[in-house]
Amino acid sequence: MIPELGHYALVLALFVAIVQSTLPMVGAATRNDAWMAVARPCAYAQMALVLLAYAALTWAHAVSDFSVQNVVSNSHSLKPMLYKISGVWGNHEGSMILWVVMLSVFGAAVALFGRNLPPTLKARVLSVQGLIGVGFLLFVLVTSNPFIRVIPPPLDGRDLNPLLQDPGLAFHPPFLYAGYVGFSMAFSFAVAALIEGRVDPAWARWVRPWTLAAWSALTMGIAMGSWWAYYELGWGGWWYWDPVENASLMPWLAGTALLHSAVVVEKRDALKTWTILLAIITFSLSLMGTFLVRSGILTSVHAFAVDPARGVFILVLLVIATGGSLLLYSVRAPNLKAGGLFAPVSREGTLVLNNLLLSTATATVFIGTLYPLFLDVLNLGKVSVGPPFFNATFVPLAIPMVAAMVVGPMMAWKRGDLPGALTRLWFAALAALASAAVALWVTGGPWLALVGVALGVWALVGSLVELAERVRLFRIPLRDTWVRTANLPRSAWGMTIAHASMGIAILGMTGTSAWQAEVIKAMRPGETAEVAGYAVTFDGVRQSEIDNFRSDMGAFTVRRNGAVIASLSPERRFYPVTRMTTTEAAIHTTWVSDVYVALGDPNEAGAWTVRLYHHPLVPWIWIGGVGMMLGGLVSLSDRRFRVGAPERRAARAGAVQPAE
Amino acid sequence: MRRLFYILPLLLFFIVGAAFYYGFQRDPREIPSVLIDKPVPEFALPPLPGRDKGLASADLKGDVQLVNVFASWCIPCKAEHPIITRLAREAGVPVRAINHKDKPADALAWLKTNGDPYASIGADADGRVSIDWGVYGVPETFLIDRQGRIRYKHVGPLTPDVVQDRILPLVKELRKG
Repeated sequence: MIPELGHYALVLALFVAIVQSTLPMVGAATRNDAWMAVARPCAYAQMALVLLAYAALTWAHAVSDFSVQNVVSNSHSLKPMLYKISGVWGNHEGSMILWVVMLSVFGAAVALFGRNLPPTLKARVLSVQGLIGVGFLLFVLVTSNPFIRVIPPPLDGRDLNPLLQDPGLAFHPPFLYAGYVGFSMAFSFAVAALIEGRVDPAWARWVRPWTLAAWSALTMGIAMGSWWAYYELGWGGWWYWDPVENASLMPWLAGTALLHSAVVVEKRDALKTWTILLAIITFSLSLMGTFLVRSGILTSVHAFAVDPARGVFILVLLVIATGGSLLLYSVRAPNLKAGGLFAPVSREGTLVLNNLLLSTATATVFIGTLYPLFLDVLNLGKVSVGPPFFNATFVPLAIPMVAAMVVGPMMAWKRGDLPGALTRLWFAALAALASAAVALWVTGGPWLALVGVALGVWALVGSLVELAERVRLFRIPLRDTWVRTANLPRSAWGMTIAHASMGIAILGMTGTSAWQAEVIKAMRPGETAEVAGYAVTFDGVRQSEIDNFRSDMGAFTVRRNGAVIASLSPERRFYPVTRMTTTEAAIHTTWVSDVYVALGDPNEAGAWTVRLYHHPLVPWIWIGGVGMMLGGLVSLSDRRFRVGAPERRAARAGAVQPAE
Repeated sequence: MRRLFYILPLLLFFIVGAAFYYGFQRDPREIPSVLIDKPVPEFALPPLPGRDKGLASADLKGDVQLVNVFASWCIPCKAEHPIITRLAREAGVPVRAINHKDKPADALAWLKTNGDPYASIGADADGRVSIDWGVYGVPETFLIDRQGRIRYKHVGPLTPDVVQDRILPLVKELRKG
């Protein structure tokens, strides 16, 4: 009964979305207030219905209702409750419902917070949002209905892919989707602006917070995915340039560019058509990410739900959304009024540079990811593009990008003073050179790694120097500095945190890529292996049956200079239902480096294959990732984004808003 | 001229869209085998140590059967293993295996943990025989008819869809003929 309710709610949501995507759009064109006003209740209703459907599916998973095909295919009665809940989005059908849930929540958020948007713009934004909803609800109902029943129901389910039964991955998709879907807001605003034929700073002020929220979520999602790959796949890597990973990196890069170009629109009323194009591209790349992962068009290590029939459907959606909006762009964008002028050396100039580099980087990843497909289509043979291509193309773009990232904020709007900015950054430059020298002295390491260290420190220290400059640290009395610090807008803090975190992440990436140590050895209980100055003793393996898997848990003692510093228990799990084995690496972190132990297969002589790694600085990758997300959130909490909505506050308080 | 600049994104997108569309008509894993409909190459592989049956061309005549190329170091092999097991035990299609570039001890341990559905296994330690078969990477699966000819080849792990839509119907047809 409850699954049928969910199914029914989805069908209803589709009809509501159809109304939402048509009436307000027509209403905005004909200035019919009543029709435009339909958008708001529709957005709320759509959210309520989709949430109901999602709750119904969650219920079916939680109580293990094996008369539902989706539960049978992806669940098992012995599975822990956490993974029963996360299993809802751990499969194709459920994850699409989550997608639609996010979409409807974002739509309802515009309806709720957008009271002071110009009515036609708001009606059009919600209408475009509704149109995306129509596409995806149709997709779910036609090709991926999670509420299909099986008769007769089997006794037990086939279990979720054990690789996905992991806390890191359990919460990775919701963040990723919040990011992907969040960019739909920027897209809807861009399309609405093209239809309106008007882009102004108010528009950018509206687009920025949504983009920022989506970007923060996507950053977190990518960081979690990479963390999961690091400890779950048991190879000790954190990024593989796999098509599925690239699919999430591309919208992130384009979204980062969008975030920065929207600043220029807001502050300087320039770069308007470019920002609109970026908004379209960013969301299209999100759609393409969804498409690539599910279509089976590219081979990948973790393409889980592959079905070409669905791929064709998403392709049609992609053509309508992207093709349609780009067509609109080609017709309307040339007529948009160009805004403020600026000199090449200025804050705007550096943001343009940032945009150029980020877009080129996006294009590079795009070409690398799709090159095998293009060659195949042109009958030029089958190839795969691996990490060497990406490292050779992406790194040279990242270096100037990070170098400029620090200089940009030091420049003034309209016309900047490059020598002045560089002079004020002397301390950051000194710190970067000094740390590279220290790295050379300690490791003798490859020169690219030294560049990486210098860049990381440059970004980290440079961002702090910028902050110190802003509050005029040591130039004016400390008390005045304190006042300035307290009055600094949150968006400035957000930028500093995000930029400094990027530096931290770069240090982490550099450290582990250049200086990791690896030992793979067949070890018997009692034996000791040495990695990077740590002595790791294998004490034995204990076997046990837990929930829905069998576990071989190794016991290892880590010593440094004879003193015990950690005991580690890496695990090998065998899931009988899916007949799959997974590794759970054990990691001892000092926050500066990780000792990483993964347990492999036993041989008949009683020895186990053990992989030992020492990863210098690797935790900083994720510290940096979380920091970037926090930077985004801090910036999001900026008052400026809320003072855009004074009417709402006034209405709620029932009084006239005092002048600010 | 300036207009063209605004139309460019649309044009680029259509090129990408067309590539996607044509991409569907092909399977990225499908690599044409020159050996399709040809007899299997002449070969004889020794068994894994401690076992009595290896694999030779002569074993592949008489019944419709599958030859699965696997290795203990190959992760997708592990993923397709339950499907192979089901094929062999439930669908009654004999599956033989070529153990590709593997250490015998690793292969035996792998079979012990994951189960051994194979009718016989030839150990191809140096990968020479796999070259004759045109193996690009593991896993690969070949369907052999009664006359010992290769009739179908699948590159990459088997999926339930491939088994349902391609292999089982083909097995049925070949058994009739």
